[in-house]
Amino acid sequence: MSEKEIGKGRTLTFEILKYTPSDPESKPHFATYRLEETPGMTLFIALNMIREEQDPDLSFDFVCRAGICGSCGMMVNGKPLLACRTLTKDYPKGVIRLMPMPAFELLKDLSVNTGRWMNGMSKRVESWIHRSKERDISVLEERVEPEIAERTFELDRCIECGICVASCATALMRHDFVGAVGLNRIARFYVDPHDERSDEDFYELIGDDNGIFGCMALMACEDHCPKKLPLQEKIAFMRRKMASIK
Amino acid sequence: MRDYIYGYFGISVEGRRSSKPALLDRLQSISGLILALFIVGHIFFTSSILLGKDAMYAETKLFEGTAFLDKPQPIVVSFAVLIIFSIFILHAALAMRKFPVRYREYRVLYTHAATLSHLETKLWIVQALSGFLMFFLASVHLYLMLTIPDKIGPYASSDRIYSDRMWILYALLMIMVIVHAMVGLYRLYLKWGIASDPNPRRSRKVLKMVMITAILLLSVLGYSALATYMRIGYEHRESYGERYLPGNGIVKGDME
Ligand code: HEM
Ligand code: SF4
Ligand code: FES
Repeated sequence: MSEKEIGKGRTLTFEILKYTPSDPESKPHFATYRLEETPGMTLFIALNMIREEQDPDLSFDFVCRAGICGSCGMMVNGKPLLACRTLTKDYPKGVIRLMPMPAFELLKDLSVNTGRWMNGMSKRVESWIHRSKERDISVLEERVEPEIAERTFELDRCIECGICVASCATALMRHDFVGAVGLNRIARFYVDPHDERSDEDFYELIGDDNGIFGCMALMACEDHCPKKLPLQEKIAFMRRKMASIK
Repeated sequence: MRDYIYGYFGISVEGRRSSKPALLDRLQSISGLILALFIVGHIFFTSSILLGKDAMYAETKLFEGTAFLDKPQPIVVSFAVLIIFSIFILHAALAMRKFPVRYREYRVLYTHAATLSHLETKLWIVQALSGFLMFFLASVHLYLMLTIPDKIGPYASSDRIYSDRMWILYALLMIMVIVHAMVGLYRLYLKWGIASDPNPRRSRKVLKMVMITAILLLSVLGYSALATYMRIGYEHRESYGERYLPGNGIVKGDME
């Protein structure tokens, strides 16, 4: 089908998981909605139209609509994606099945609590600068070579969408696995010259089978991260560092 | 006392974590690496039968130690098998820590692999499953080579494969070990990377192709060799048990 024809409005079929775990009456099931496609339609637009016109009870999360806030991750025909960055025209069959991301606490329908998970992860990997001397905020920070700063910024691009966790079979099987987002966070502080933690200190945080050694290199994080973070490279790097602890 | 403290609380008396998980992770990968390199060599050596009976005969004698002993000693083979068997058991013990062990784990893994359409996730299942099956298949083979190292040769092996029906086991084991080992080598790269690699994403693409090519080539080689042993075993079925002697004829019994 050419783009023009699609623009004319084929009818899309959405199968969306509906379930409210907190409601004892609620049973998980797929609800089907039909919707006419409009040019440039994203899942964000489609879901809003469904909610406005067909099912005001449908729950899903969005904030920025631009792939920045990381709140709209969901399983789209089995693949974890940012719904605001996903175009309906990329589904030539016109059937789109939406499920909430597994691995996270399900709130309702497509809404999951990634925030709580990310919070736990941040505490677990002690996601803050560790330094021995108190910082005097009245003086400028020590200068960092732009090239080194760039390395930190590169890894700081993570939006905590949780897609790497939802795509990872290891994380789905082993709920206490720290996940790519956690390992990336460690790698970020590892390269940051402001952080004084040693290899041994990092080992205390991720040196076990729930941490770096739990990774089985399935590469689903690397292949699904919407920010294209170098997860393959950085996780391997952390593994080399952590495995050489004596 | 230290062991009690670590055993129960997972923390050393210095308040530090154990370095054992790091050691186990290294050992798992190193044992896998040794086994995978061994298996590539193994497939090439057993394929010497494709060059003829004399080539394979000469090679078995070499492995029985003629390079450094005056007389072939099959016990040399037993000894080598014992080492490989030990590494195999070590590797299996370490790698099975990663298996899905509970029904829920298995269930979510299966569902995820079926819906995600992601090659490496599927390949991991293939690796876990082939690893599991090798507990049984490879153990039978290793035990035989350990206990009857003197019965390896162009006719002895062919008789075992054809008349003793070991071909069933070998046909299954072959694909398991080839796929498991080649995916394993690819996984080693993904897990550990290469420190000086300027473009890991490109290397991954290249190595994925190398893996697929290696699986195909080794399969062709391995199954051709197996077919050749089958043919020799079939032709030799009436003289089952008779041993091969190179060039100047055939000797009855185990005299070689
Ligand atoms: C009963 C026998 C075996 C079992 C149960 C087994 C199981 C496994 C499993 C589950 C993995 C994946 C580990 C992970 O993702 O962390 C693995 C990795 C690997 N296996 Fe095996 N395997 C067996 C035998 C073999 C053999 C015979 C070879 C070689 C010929 C081999 C070579 C490898 C390699 C190279 C790896 C990658 C190493 C790594 O991931 O650390 N394995 N094995
Ligand atoms: S690493 Fe990528 S996939 Fe994972 S949370 Fe961050 S942005 Fe999302
Ligand atoms: S709504 Fe912010 S990333 Fe999609």
